[in-house]
Amino acid sequence: MSERSAAALIGEQETPAAKGRFSFRLEIDPARKESPWWMTIVSVVLALLLCAVFIAANGKNPVEVYGKMLRGAFGSEFGITETLVKAIPLLLCGLGVSIAYRISVWNIGAEGQFVAGAIAATAVTIYFPGLPFYASIPLMIVFAIAAGGIWGALTAIPKTYFQVNELITSLMLNYVALLALDYVVFDPWRDPKGFNFPGTPMFTEAQTLPVLGDTRLHFGLVIALAAVALYAFMIRYTRWGYELRLIGANPEAANHAGINLKRNILIVMIVSGALAGIAGMSEVSGVAHRLMYGISPGYGYTAIIVAWIAKLHPLGLVAASVLFGGLIVGGYSVQTLGLPSSISTMLQGAILFFLIAGNMAAKFRLRRNG
Amino acid sequence: MAETYSLEMKRIVKRFGSVLASDHVDFACKPGEIHALLGENGAGKSTIMCMLSGVYRPTSGEIYIHGQKVRIRSPKEAARLGIGMVFQNFRLVQTLTAAENIVLGEKSAFWRGPNWMRRKQEEIAAIAERFGLAFPVDRPIWQLSVGEQQRVEIVKTLYRGAEFIILDEPTSVLTPGEAEQLFATLAQMKAEGKTVILTTHKLKEVMAVADRISVMRKGRMMQTIDRADTNEKALARLMVGKDIAPVARQRDRRPRGDVLLDVRHLDVYAEHGRKALDDLSFQVRAGEIVGVAGVAGNGQKELAEVLSGLLPWKKGSIVFNGKEFKTASVRAAIEAGISHVPENRMKSGLAGSLGAVDNLLAKTYRSPERSKYGFLLTGSNRRWSQQLVERFDVKTPSLDTPVGQLSGGNQQKLLLAREIDRQPLLMVAVHPTQGLDVGAAEGVHRLLNELRGASKSVLLISEDLDEIMQLSDRILVLYNGRIAAEIGREEADRETIGMYMAGLQRAKEEAV
Amino acid sequence: MEWFIQLAVAAIASGTPLLFATLGGILNERSGIIQLGAEGIMLMGAVTACMTYLHTGSFIASLLAVAGVGAALGLLHAFMCVTLRTNQVVSGLAMTLFGSGLSAYLGKSVAGTPIPGSVPKLDLPFLEPLPVIGDIFARLDVLTWFSFALVIVLHLLIHRTSWGLHLRAIGDNPATADVMGIRVQLLKYGYTVAGSMLIGLAGADLLLAYSPTWIEGMTAGRGWIAVALIIFARWNPLRALFCAYFFGVMDTIGFKIQLIGSSIPSYFLKMIPYVVTILVLMYLGWRNRNKPTGAPEALGIPYIREQRF
Repeated sequence: MSERSAAALIGEQETPAAKGRFSFRLEIDPARKESPWWMTIVSVVLALLLCAVFIAANGKNPVEVYGKMLRGAFGSEFGITETLVKAIPLLLCGLGVSIAYRISVWNIGAEGQFVAGAIAATAVTIYFPGLPFYASIPLMIVFAIAAGGIWGALTAIPKTYFQVNELITSLMLNYVALLALDYVVFDPWRDPKGFNFPGTPMFTEAQTLPVLGDTRLHFGLVIALAAVALYAFMIRYTRWGYELRLIGANPEAANHAGINLKRNILIVMIVSGALAGIAGMSEVSGVAHRLMYGISPGYGYTAIIVAWIAKLHPLGLVAASVLFGGLIVGGYSVQTLGLPSSISTMLQGAILFFLIAGNMAAKFRLRRNG
Repeated sequence: MAETYSLEMKRIVKRFGSVLASDHVDFACKPGEIHALLGENGAGKSTIMCMLSGVYRPTSGEIYIHGQKVRIRSPKEAARLGIGMVFQNFRLVQTLTAAENIVLGEKSAFWRGPNWMRRKQEEIAAIAERFGLAFPVDRPIWQLSVGEQQRVEIVKTLYRGAEFIILDEPTSVLTPGEAEQLFATLAQMKAEGKTVILTTHKLKEVMAVADRISVMRKGRMMQTIDRADTNEKALARLMVGKDIAPVARQRDRRPRGDVLLDVRHLDVYAEHGRKALDDLSFQVRAGEIVGVAGVAGNGQKELAEVLSGLLPWKKGSIVFNGKEFKTASVRAAIEAGISHVPENRMKSGLAGSLGAVDNLLAKTYRSPERSKYGFLLTGSNRRWSQQLVERFDVKTPSLDTPVGQLSGGNQQKLLLAREIDRQPLLMVAVHPTQGLDVGAAEGVHRLLNELRGASKSVLLISEDLDEIMQLSDRILVLYNGRIAAEIGREEADRETIGMYMAGLQRAKEEAV
Repeated sequence: MEWFIQLAVAAIASGTPLLFATLGGILNERSGIIQLGAEGIMLMGAVTACMTYLHTGSFIASLLAVAGVGAALGLLHAFMCVTLRTNQVVSGLAMTLFGSGLSAYLGKSVAGTPIPGSVPKLDLPFLEPLPVIGDIFARLDVLTWFSFALVIVLHLLIHRTSWGLHLRAIGDNPATADVMGIRVQLLKYGYTVAGSMLIGLAGADLLLAYSPTWIEGMTAGRGWIAVALIIFARWNPLRALFCAYFFGVMDTIGFKIQLIGSSIPSYFLKMIPYVVTILVLMYLGWRNRNKPTGAPEALGIPYIREQRF
């Protein structure tokens, strides 16, 4: 490859006229702000294709694997329910990080906030075991909100008062929360009758969220959908929502409008953490019915992609969490083929890559040099 | 005849989308002359110079250097052809030293140990001295003053062996004294056979230094004249297209209103602990426009920010409308009736990705007319926005079109609509006409005068001395964070103000 | 003195992967590209090293494979950030997610298999008789010596050569560098690739020299700690050396405390590096509240040449 064409490839728009009459140049089209809706689908397809290479490298037939994943996630009533069950924490965590991303606070600590919420909710069952349903469930939610909120605040305070990058803080706190989880499930809270299983005793009836019908789908779904609706309304029609939109669009202008940025970052991080905390509570109380080792298969990280693929849009969040819930379930279902379930993590990363690349690529246009 | 020109541009056309920025421009200069390219803001001077320095490419037209047809596709190629440009906003890496900046493009010498650097520093210092351009070569750029930075830029072009040196509005950042020094440097360059091209809109400068003058208007080249054959008045006519009406100095002389703003002994520190305002005291009365003149970086920005609550102060007091501000609070300033038209409207005034409604709401969304119980009154806010957009003649496709897509003039009108609709008692306007064409600027001036007519006050901070002299009832000159002088409109003339701007005279204001 | 030697040896052992990753990150960020994919690239480096070593048994082949993978991921990041001008933070996050997923997927077959043999040692018998120094430096492996050399080379490169001048210029003010004829985008590509290779090497060092068994997610946030270390080190390779060893100490101190027989549960001791990272960043933020951070000024801002029409 000649030096010149290499330069063209990497965007040094150097080549033009000298080379010949029919050279083209890529440039950002200022008129195109939004990428078209089909870009999301293209990204997902491209990500599937990329990962197909790795699946094939493992000696498996990608079509068969993807088919199995699809059937596992959406092919049966059980699969669909399971997918929706996984979508609940994704939706809550995704909503949490979306609020933070709206004002450009890069909260990647939903995983830790989720775990903090789960631990706090479980603490209610450990320390107030005899409470009736109507006392214990609200108390668990309050504890989860408080713990998630505190975990969020622990990211916000270093950011606002010590100029510490929130990416690093929130991620470090994920590890701290996960170690705290390991501690409680391996040590003080471990079920004495659990044959050394790293988990707390099973919750009582009064400590579990009601399910819908005789499925595993629990009341957390209602909470999650209500939270999304509230978010959609809040952003559009309330004073605080306006403040967040202004901060997101131009923090400097928001500052000139008398909006306290630091306080808003703090509040947003608390809300963001609280939502992830509720997700943690709904997972222990609605699905696992106990706190246990590895309670989250990376919901907090997947939530980042959910938020991004949804472009922070409420309906998008719902759709994306179902999609990624299906991806997680599908990932489990291909284990029978001898493939690791981490295939879904790999797919998630690839989707995010192609999505951001595609969104930017959609803004480019080809221009004839002349 | 043609061979006497060292540089020629022929029938240059430059389009930006549908806008014709250069319309068949011919331009030529001779070796060893100082050639001024004169024109208003937006006349297309910079576009022409950017095509010479390889930043833009002409849509059509030809460029000749010493009779050879050339294509200038990048700044690198321009440098190879001996063209060096000093941009209005300097192209310097702030964290590198002056010397490092100058040798940056040099390809030779991989190893740059202390010895090599010392040798280069000496070489650079020698060039600087020859042309009377003193600056510390071994200091990082961010520690240098604006004038020194400009000298670094000039030495950079000289060091790279430029034969044609283009300066884009070089005096806009300089005090009159520094400008004098620069002109001496230009004369020295000319004496050494270099061709100097400077763009400017200042007639006085042109008459003082240029050998020949090319005047541009609205993308067209009007005429090229020897300085000896013209005068300021003729140039002005060429530049503006009509005789400039003598500035309307006649104004109603009303009794001045009560003291609205009383600032006393204010000390303000900017970032990195630099003292930006130093024991500053002044007053603004109701119904007057007070102009604040000064070279950029003498505390204007901080003054505007401290008054609008963005920046805290260390010492002193601010009393506004009879009430003292206790701490810096933007909200308190907004509620007290201070409005702020910031220097950079897209950076801090408007949110480019939001529509007109959301941008108009920014200062008033808390008021009971715009929101109740924490909920926005969406319907009435839209109607109100529609009215404002019509009243201030903001041209926008819809109320939801991101304002970043509007023209600069329409953005500024939208911003002023927001600020004026609030009926502020005091408007702090920073460079309110920067980057606007003549018509839009006049519109802004009219709005400011209307505010004054309604017994509101304006603190007009501007680097455009003409604007200040045209609008202000009183002029304060800021120098080094202090008020160097307070001048009434009758006594105001450019020379005196210039002296104060340069810090050459201290006012007797300490006595006040 | 005994405890000091032990601590120093442990700090160097666990600090070396951090050092490689930090140096790689410094190269990336000096050129103006934020590298938050460090965790993912390290994991990919580790899994590549593990698989190659198990297949070939060759130390050199492992390093070459890791360098190749690091370069490929760096190229991807550079393509995203430089050519497509995506948000660098998100591109880095995607890299981390993709890297952890892919490494877990690829490494499933070798998970838990210990690596036979290890990184060749560079024995320096003439150092042996020296007190302290001999104990610490006489029996280090070649990768550690390579990291020492790298610190010095990068320091000289950045501050004493024309390349370094160009590197600093494109990170601080790419527009100016461009006008001065520096190939901004090409250099950004080059440094992102080179930096990512070093980050991949960090993963390989972690696996080959520090804990020679592949486990899913074995970096345990070291990539992110390296991102923090870049800030502690103020984008300076010499400081990076000390910062990395400081964290090496933090990494092992919990283990040491356990050995003395403390009753603190090990889970809390394992939190030390993470908590210390936050605390140190807070301290630096407070101390430098009125000072520039030393970060390249155009860090994270994609460079777009004023379009030439």
